Amino acid sequence: MNSPAVVLQARDISRAFPGVQALSGAQLTLRAGEVHALMGQNGAGKSTLIKILTGVYAPDAGVIELLGQPITPESPIHAQELGISAVHQESHLLPNLSVAENICAGRYPRRPWTRGGGIDWRETERRAAELLANLGIKLDVTQLAGPLPAALQQLATVARAVSTDARVLILDEPTSSLDADEVQALFGLIRRLRDKGVAILFVTHFLDQVYEVCDRMTILRNGRFVGEYACARLDAHGLVAAMVGREIATAERPPAAETPAGSASAPAVLSARNLSRRGQLKPMDLELRAGEVLGLAGLLGSGRGELARLLFALDDRDSGDIAIDGQPAEIDDPADALRLGLGFCPEDRKHSGIVADLSVRENIALALQARMGLTKFLTLAEQRQIATKLVDALGIKTASIETPIGQLSGGNQQKAIIARWLATHPRVLILDEPTRGIDVAAKQELMSGILDLARGGTAVLFISAEIDEVVRVSDRILVMRDRAKAGELPRGATEDEVYSVIAASHQP
Amino acid sequence: MKPSVKRFTQHPLFWPTITLALLLIVSSVFNPSFLALTWREGHLYGSVIDILNRAAPLMVVALGMTLVIAVRGLDISVGAVVAISATVAALMIGGSFSATGEVQSAHPLWLALATALAVAAACGLWNGLLVVKAGMQPIVATLILMVAGRGIAQLLTGGQIITVYYAPFFVLGNGYFLGLPVALWIAASLWIALHLLLSRTALGLFVRSIGGNPEAARVAGVRSSAITLCVYTFCGLAAGVAGLIVSSNVKSADANNAGQLLELDAILAVTLGGTALTGGRFTLAGTVIGALIIQTLTSMIYSLGVPPEVNLVVKSALVFTVMMLQSAEFRQLVARIARPNPSLQGNRR
Repeated sequence: MNSPAVVLQARDISRAFPGVQALSGAQLTLRAGEVHALMGQNGAGKSTLIKILTGVYAPDAGVIELLGQPITPESPIHAQELGISAVHQESHLLPNLSVAENICAGRYPRRPWTRGGGIDWRETERRAAELLANLGIKLDVTQLAGPLPAALQQLATVARAVSTDARVLILDEPTSSLDADEVQALFGLIRRLRDKGVAILFVTHFLDQVYEVCDRMTILRNGRFVGEYACARLDAHGLVAAMVGREIATAERPPAAETPAGSASAPAVLSARNLSRRGQLKPMDLELRAGEVLGLAGLLGSGRGELARLLFALDDRDSGDIAIDGQPAEIDDPADALRLGLGFCPEDRKHSGIVADLSVRENIALALQARMGLTKFLTLAEQRQIATKLVDALGIKTASIETPIGQLSGGNQQKAIIARWLATHPRVLILDEPTRGIDVAAKQELMSGILDLARGGTAVLFISAEIDEVVRVSDRILVMRDRAKAGELPRGATEDEVYSVIAASHQP
Repeated sequence: MKPSVKRFTQHPLFWPTITLALLLIVSSVFNPSFLALTWREGHLYGSVIDILNRAAPLMVVALGMTLVIAVRGLDISVGAVVAISATVAALMIGGSFSATGEVQSAHPLWLALATALAVAAACGLWNGLLVVKAGMQPIVATLILMVAGRGIAQLLTGGQIITVYYAPFFVLGNGYFLGLPVALWIAASLWIALHLLLSRTALGLFVRSIGGNPEAARVAGVRSSAITLCVYTFCGLAAGVAGLIVSSNVKSADANNAGQLLELDAILAVTLGGTALTGGRFTLAGTVIGALIIQTLTSMIYSLGVPPEVNLVVKSALVFTVMMLQSAEFRQLVARIARPNPSLQGNRR
């Protein structure tokens, strides 16, 4: 087989931001009909490189060539006109428009003036339907986009991106909110586009997905180019080592003898009885003991996140009594939960975690200050001390603690939100998908951190869609299915055992 | 540009201050005695003092508005609350001539003032409840009181202008303390008190987090509802204070016209000062400068002898100019036109 034609080549790309050299001398070569993975830890420069390719940022140095011609994308729209389209993790459809309107947005076909001018809606729908049919997506284009499942929205977003005859398609973590079946549907689409000759750049934190769908990969580390590899030539272990620049130890529960004695028999810090909310969670009980990590496993929609939200009173419960240390506790809003020593890292950090405009210091101090109330004010010096300590302890990469948190990379934002709760010294910490969207090394650090926390006596409720993570860190595993408790497994249970509990529902 | 200069020009208060300075310069060109200050009858006298005095009610209202906007709200009922507060105070003080020819107050002055302020605060609380508890859009929730409030004030006065004869009440709007207008002292103390409250307690952090991301603030355990309620209540209270100053100044309460369109001036003052209407980022000092810009504009129009019928057109033209001057996009456009051959590289974010 001949080596496929090079479509896009970026050479020696550098870009600095105040206090950070985000990229220095990055290389990237995309070829027609290939899926190319861009790999690297949080802060490796992946996002910056993508933003340079799509014209969001101008590079300080370097050349981008498209089909041999040097180009300077000046804006995402300009990049699109040049043939470079991007689908971002958070690029959504407009929920109040139909699928067809979304797909043709900005390029609506017009009726000739002889027929009154204006937008030709019938043509809009025809074009959208034709596009989807060509891509093998079954979707009624007259439907509103808002109510569609996330996966179908994602497919339509990709369709919109390639509808401009894109030669290069950039997919930035497109799978992070999809479940296994939905990922397969997206991969089907990616393969069809690949076969049509589109050069695809795929960014993800899921290693198995890289090996499933990609042909080649480029690895970045600290803004520098590490290398380009054929996927068949570099195994997952080598990939991770190249990304982090060192061998990483896997976080694992120490053998039973090393864990603090009696965490299994320790009294419950938090117990909930008969907790329920209509349409979200069927009545269930839960006990959380000091110094243990309780894993919550289940598929999307199993009720795992809903349970966490009810415990922290983010949603009102229909029934259920919550007790702290055996004493009935009045938890009616998050402020009550905070006062009683609970902490909660939300799943959606952009929407309900960070306050983007505030500094890292202020974001970290927020929950502790909220618990101390209005008048007992943490002085600037105290806030700085707390923030500096936690930034160091968790290895948060930021130019300064006064940097607005919105400028940090996703994984560092996540760490800062966890730091916010560690600052309150919580007795119970609920972590809802804390590892979503962060890189492998950060995941490992985070999970070791969770284990350290539990050793310090904190009760941790760990929720993750990645069953292997749950299995690795948990003392007990609570398996959820169909918005109810499906079973409980002891420490040492395997992934297969968890899956068999989940799958049990499908047997009559 | 040197970094130090750049830091200076990028300070949020840079453009508001420049705007105010420009207006003052223009005013003094048209009226050479504009900046002159004289000491007469035991107090300072001059156009600048006059502007400060007249801007005081707007400053007070706009300070309350700043906090409401900072928590992603809006209060368009402040003008009506000014009218209510003015009416309540005027009715309770009233003023009748005693046999000796001395003017008596119907109720003790302190009681009248306290009642007026309490009613105004209750109005603010009502707005807050509609927004926080009933989940209404702020503009709709406060629209209700904007319309109803003036109606209530008119009901109270029976449609008449209530004249006050009790002299001690006039101190608020016409008196002087240490050579400066009492109204200015009131506005300044409110500003300082608010500044201390926001910087010496956690309130500033909470307000900015609620405005920046209400859901994240709630998840972090900030009592967003309670704080938002307080902020609306305070905004009502501030409008009440302004109502007292206004009615004291004109020695009467006019339910129809007191505080008319003040809500728009207040929002404008907040915007001119550099507070983001989208919430989160706010500046009290900017709001004070914004209020001064508006009052300087108004005074300028009067002193230029602009006929009343074109007054509003001239004012809006000036406001337009000021807003353009403060718009970063517009300044970039001007810079690009001035520099015909800009480099394509760099300078982008």
